[in-house]
Amino acid sequence: MKLQVSSRLAIYALMELADGSDRQVSVTEIGEKYDISAHHLAKVMHTLGRAGLVRSIRGVGGGYVFCGNARRTTLLDVIVLFENPSAGQEDIDAAKETPAGIALEKVLTEIDEIALATLGAITLSTLQKHKKRLERAGGDPVLSLLAEP
Amino acid sequence: MLADTEPDPAASAVPSPVAIRRAVADDLAAVIALDERVTGIGKPEYWQDIFERYSRRRPDQRFFLVAEKVPADEADGFLGFAVGEVRAWEFGSEPCGWVFAISVSPETRLRGVGKSLFRAMAAQFREVGITVMRTMVARDNPLHMAFFRSEGMSGGPYLQLEMDLMTDPDAPELD
Repeated sequence: MKLQVSSRLAIYALMELADGSDRQVSVTEIGEKYDISAHHLAKVMHTLGRAGLVRSIRGVGGGYVFCGNARRTTLLDVIVLFENPSAGQEDIDAAKETPAGIALEKVLTEIDEIALATLGAITLSTLQKHKKRLERAGGDPVLSLLAEP
Repeated sequence: MLADTEPDPAASAVPSPVAIRRAVADDLAAVIALDERVTGIGKPEYWQDIFERYSRRRPDQRFFLVAEKVPADEADGFLGFAVGEVRAWEFGSEPCGWVFAISVSPETRLRGVGKSLFRAMAAQFREVGITVMRTMVARDNPLHMAFFRSEGMSGGPYLQLEMDLMTDPDAPELD
């Protein structure tokens, strides 16, 4: 499954902000860490702000703080702010209403439902745990399995 | 967003002292009552049968665990339960530990009871040499899935498939 760039940026930014430290993080800091354009990231942060997930702090040393509930907010909650993950293919398939098209659609719907259920059950807090474990393992996914939770 | 009125899937922030032990016959009434409260369906015979099979037979492979308050309070000490067992070679799988029931009293959720039960079950499996733990969750129950995810579980190598034998046009016809 592929996510749109904005969705990925939002999740990266939230991983930086929702680490339990309540610290302020600037767009520049996040942008440099993930090699993201500050312009694109600013738009993403604006959307997250409107959704009540982050709050901007003005002034020197300002930035953003996380103000959502990391244990309640799922990846799907974030993704739907930027895209419709259940939209499926664009309606350019003229054969969609044929028996073959309908049969194919049934399979694709099943796949989508599994993806949506997965995204809707992984909270920012859970993803944060995976991230921290990977950080402790120096980014090695195999070693991370051995790291303390 | 996961509902705030529901238990926190990773409620480690407010842990309560919890003791986990194997179920005894005196726990059965509380298990039946909790399950009925949570699912809305009373099934005393089912739980009686589960208790007989999972607490009395093959205790090295089957685990019926109960969580209770510390110190135990006779009137209100029961917090929840979990049932699991070692299954081998089903679906071609090497021996693994299945958790097929876990339930926590609604008013004591958010206090890490589910987490304690889950971890105690994992410890039981480890103790008998099992290295993989599995469960199954309803796709439309994000809270249950979020709980197991928060405990570190992820999609395994199997997919559950099913067929409605009464309505599916592909179902084998009756002779």
